[in-house]
Amino acid sequence: MCEMMCELGQLTRCDGDACLMQGETCVTTAVYGPTEVRINKEILDKATVEVVYKSKVGLPGCAEKMFERIIRNTCETMILTTAHPRSGINIIIQEMQNSGSYLACCINSACLALLDAGVSLKFLVAAVTCLIDNEGEIILDPNSKQEKDGKALLTFVFDNKDFSIVTVNTKGSYSSQQFKDCTSLCKKSSKQVFEFYKKSMEKLLSKDNFVK
Amino acid sequence: MRETPLSNCEREFIRKALGERKRLDGRQAYDYRTLKIAFGYDRGCCRVDLGQTRVLAQVSCEITSPKQQRPSDGVLFVNVELSPMASPVFEVGRMSDQGVEINRILERCLKESRCVDTESLCIIAGEKVWQIRVDVHVMNHDGNLIDCSSIAAITALAHFRRPDVTVDGTDVIVHTIEEKDPLPLSVHHMPICVSFSFYEQGKFLLVDPSDKEEKVMDGKMVIGMNKHREICSLQVTGQMLLLKDQVLRCSNIAVVKVTEITEWIQKALENDRQARSNGERFGFREAVVMDTVTTNQMNPEKLK
Repeated sequence: MCEMMCELGQLTRCDGDACLMQGETCVTTAVYGPTEVRINKEILDKATVEVVYKSKVGLPGCAEKMFERIIRNTCETMILTTAHPRSGINIIIQEMQNSGSYLACCINSACLALLDAGVSLKFLVAAVTCLIDNEGEIILDPNSKQEKDGKALLTFVFDNKDFSIVTVNTKGSYSSQQFKDCTSLCKKSSKQVFEFYKKSMEKLLSKDNFVK
Repeated sequence: MRETPLSNCEREFIRKALGERKRLDGRQAYDYRTLKIAFGYDRGCCRVDLGQTRVLAQVSCEITSPKQQRPSDGVLFVNVELSPMASPVFEVGRMSDQGVEINRILERCLKESRCVDTESLCIIAGEKVWQIRVDVHVMNHDGNLIDCSSIAAITALAHFRRPDVTVDGTDVIVHTIEEKDPLPLSVHHMPICVSFSFYEQGKFLLVDPSDKEEKVMDGKMVIGMNKHREICSLQVTGQMLLLKDQVLRCSNIAVVKVTEITEWIQKALENDRQARSNGERFGFREAVVMDTVTTNQMNPEKLK
């Protein structure tokens, strides 16, 4: 896995935000919520989760909508929506730099931003991407160049309750054995992501204003 | 979501403080907030912080057919996005009046001043030219979006490199970065917008108004200027009347501010150039201040 780095609470207008860097890939996420929701989107017994994805170049198209949907579904399983009926939780994701393992970085930064905003969650999620290259080797956290040459790209999202799969997104062809291998490898490394969340929040809520 | 209005007492407080030549954040009337420029991993990507206001700009290019009236000129396109990330007031998809205003001012400032040489963007006259697109994303709104966006846009344009092309008869070969070094745009000068807000019918003026100061102001003047003291655009909005010497005074202040900001941009560009050529690490991560509680870093162990 590549190096992870985060900045929390950099923006002033939103309730919580996180800028996550995984390798060269960088994503900023802002969260508003629980807040008022448009009357036609209101749900009587739970909160409405909305995700807006902003790519750096050009206008949003089909691919961006698809991306939004994947992240929205992941976030909705994680958020305790029944705690805030008839309200909205808005998540805005801004692309800063896409250098591979992009979906994983977006989901992880959304999770950190939700933590920073203090939204009630059922569990945390960690996303890990792996790539099966043409020799059948599994590469964790591939960069965009590796992604281009690879055979299949798999992104897994795990929860931290019993480490079960929340979301899977794959591209390309692979055998069922390879899928199992990828799952177990990603599950192992997802624990490091959870550790990173824990350390980041510990540091954020620590008493000393400046840690040496 | 609708904007939370500023309460009357807060409004009064700000006005009264201005009468005593004081600002909420302790700045002097002609002071700018701290300016920070960070560059991304990609060429033509930069993030500009002006105090708490934060803007991300990305320049991109593609080959299109030119406009019929100007067959040998490239196209410069500016797009400002007021993302809901910046403020809950901004909505997705719909261009608000404020968004249109910023877009138009930026477009006028960058296009009409001809700071980017569009003729050098021509590949085959009348058939193929480069279209340069500047996307400006507002990430946090704390006032003075125009200045911050204009700094981000011109910095990103100066940082951008476009792929080299070879014309072989009617065929155009676009070279990848590995084949041939990409070329910078020819940026002749750097127009930068400086905003002034006016209070009490132009009696008081402030440079670089914050969000709250913008809510209280009577009107605003934006001067686009380059470091050669050439005014590239000038716009006055709001319900107020200005005297001639007020406009002159503002343009004199703008001269000083533009010189400072241009120097700062050049310095930032030079730092990034050196980091790239010396093989040091570059990108947004280099701009992160690591010794605060809000940041964290981890090097995960290798898994087998």
